[in-house]
Amino acid sequence: MYNGQPQQLEGETFASFREFRDRALQGIRQGARVVSFWGYPAHDGMVILVMTLAFDKEGYLETLSIEIKDSYESLTPRIAQVHWFEREIFEKWGVRPEGHLWLKPIRFENTHSNNQSLPSVTDFMRIEGEEIHEVAVGPVHAGIIESGHFRFQCHGEQVFHLEISLGYQHRGIEKALIGGPNKRTIHYVETLSGDAAIGHSLAYAQAIEGLAGCSVPLRAAVLRSIMLELERLANHTGDLGALAQDVGYLPTSSYCGRLRGDFLNLTALICGNRFGRNMVKPGGVMFDINDSMRKEIIKRLTSIFSDVRNAVSLMLDSAMVVDRFDETGALTKETALELGLVGIAARACGIDRDVRFDFPSGAFKFSQIPVSTYSSGDVFARAFVRWLELQRSVEFILGQLDALPNGPIIVNVASLKNEHIIISLTEGWRGEICHSVITDKNGKIAQYKIVDPSFHNWYGLVVALRGEEISDFPLCNKSFNLSYCGHDL
Amino acid sequence: MIKTLFARLKQGYRTMPFPIDVKALPERYLGRPFISADISEEDVKKCDLVCPTGAIGKSNERFTLDLGKCLFCGECQKACSDKVVSFSRDYCLAAENRSDLLISSVLAARKKEFNKKVRHIFGRSLKLRQVSAGGCNACEADINVLNTLSFDLGRFGIQFVASPRHADGIVVTGPVTKNMRLALEKTYAAIPAPKLVIAVGACAISGGPYRGHQEANNGVDSIIPVDLYVPGCPPHPLTILDGLIKIMGKDL
Repeated sequence: MYNGQPQQLEGETFASFREFRDRALQGIRQGARVVSFWGYPAHDGMVILVMTLAFDKEGYLETLSIEIKDSYESLTPRIAQVHWFEREIFEKWGVRPEGHLWLKPIRFENTHSNNQSLPSVTDFMRIEGEEIHEVAVGPVHAGIIESGHFRFQCHGEQVFHLEISLGYQHRGIEKALIGGPNKRTIHYVETLSGDAAIGHSLAYAQAIEGLAGCSVPLRAAVLRSIMLELERLANHTGDLGALAQDVGYLPTSSYCGRLRGDFLNLTALICGNRFGRNMVKPGGVMFDINDSMRKEIIKRLTSIFSDVRNAVSLMLDSAMVVDRFDETGALTKETALELGLVGIAARACGIDRDVRFDFPSGAFKFSQIPVSTYSSGDVFARAFVRWLELQRSVEFILGQLDALPNGPIIVNVASLKNEHIIISLTEGWRGEICHSVITDKNGKIAQYKIVDPSFHNWYGLVVALRGEEISDFPLCNKSFNLSYCGHDL
Repeated sequence: MIKTLFARLKQGYRTMPFPIDVKALPERYLGRPFISADISEEDVKKCDLVCPTGAIGKSNERFTLDLGKCLFCGECQKACSDKVVSFSRDYCLAAENRSDLLISSVLAARKKEFNKKVRHIFGRSLKLRQVSAGGCNACEADINVLNTLSFDLGRFGIQFVASPRHADGIVVTGPVTKNMRLALEKTYAAIPAPKLVIAVGACAISGGPYRGHQEANNGVDSIIPVDLYVPGCPPHPLTILDGLIKIMGKDL
């Protein structure tokens, strides 16, 4: 199946788990990766597991499903990237993946057991020995950031292992989306991960439009892509500033702090909200831009970007900064592929993986942004990929504004096809956002599964930190800058 | 070094004045809403059909819009007409009492001066700790932005600190998820008294879109007493700044 194209629900279930497993393994051998792996309840206490494989180079998605009773043979030992997905299935539905290497809850939803444990009050992988010590950080952090728990096993300054335990931000969004769409749906989607409101609302709108067989007017598609790239510009600029701050390079840090806000204000110029709320709706967008606003955006964007170029090149020309970024928190390409990383983290390992290019939808079908990669896999690479993407996004937005198609910005959306499944992918600023939606026999949402890029990438941070000094954790963490609530849902 | 100096010249002086003229805010920004005295039962029904959080309702026989629940999506304005409900660009929304967030057609006199006790104790310096209790990172980001040179929070004597022991109060975002409740209570307990609690965003005030969820509480004041409510989803940084300055007893 393809990105944003619905498929009838019936007839795809495998007869036995062995066949399901073999097809998954075969897919992985053919170069696919796991976009999502989740479950939902069926009749008589059965649980249906759904795995979506992405064949990036072919632009093709394959969805496998299987009915399971209480347990199945864990896929994690052979497909490392399903590690957290299997923990999620176990937590949510009580289905045990036998032979999973580190089975425990993922969000501490406490739904399937009476266990009232918290993410920080649970078993952690521990290293024993002389001079081994443990450092616990969170849930409340020193800065103004979301809540999560980090447990380090250290030998002196060196981190042997980090375990990330999340779930503090769990708000029960997926469950609440069932039965929709309704008046709250778009607000759930926009607050899935507040700094990626456009990325997520776009994935949602695309799913609904696909299920309704509705095609979005071209002008709306272009405006959406502009908003998505503005979101990327704001966040990448903010991240580059924050990386500068974490190595004590204050000029870039303070300039980028301001410039990030200027990008957010550009978003607010278009839709009134700095985070792009209320812009994307199924069927199109809510706000148009007239010619004077178009000129204003071009003027401001050019001026802001000139300051960004100045601030970022200052940092990248500083030997002190580059020395701190180089070889810190490095991942190899092989590791990144095995963990199924997405977005900046993957592209910084030399993997040319980008939904805008591999599974284009909307305006990206017509104007493609080259995929920005860098090969060293370290903090420098993650910073540099951001800088490359900044340049290409600005170029893209200016190009789109130069040739805005005419026409309406929103159309009516018909009722949804019943008993269909759709996989909707977008490239949020962090990476691949995946929304899988299944409709019931009345055309209402029966199941809604969200995979934020953070869900794939948190484990990348774990591996990146192995062997590093614990004092480099903030820098490594910032270079990934993952979402807590996007993970916790 | 010379490059750094040239960059400094290019980047210029960027700290904005405060308070600012509302006209400086984007034209499409939705600030303080108004309800017309002519609002009918019919209009309210129309609003209720589209309002994601049921912010428009009845209180003391009067139709009210609850700023604490409002997500500022503007759907109500579209559903009836902007003669009935309309959003201004006024960004000063913070209030000390939950009931002050109920907007009705009768304009209540806007309080000029906030709590005198607070002014006496924290009037010149306010150190705050932030706790995200299920926030989506939008409120957090727009609190964080106050630390940038654009807003330069430090010039007002306000600072975000890294430990509750160093703090005069906490700023809470998010509806207070079940999993964060204990951490919030512990952070609150760790702050030496007298202490302030500031709830930022619709989630922290009323649960926002998560109101009624089993996984979360309906805002901060179901757990700890709140001294300042800052509405919005998320509030504009200026709305937060205005609230912080007002609770220090200052009126700029």
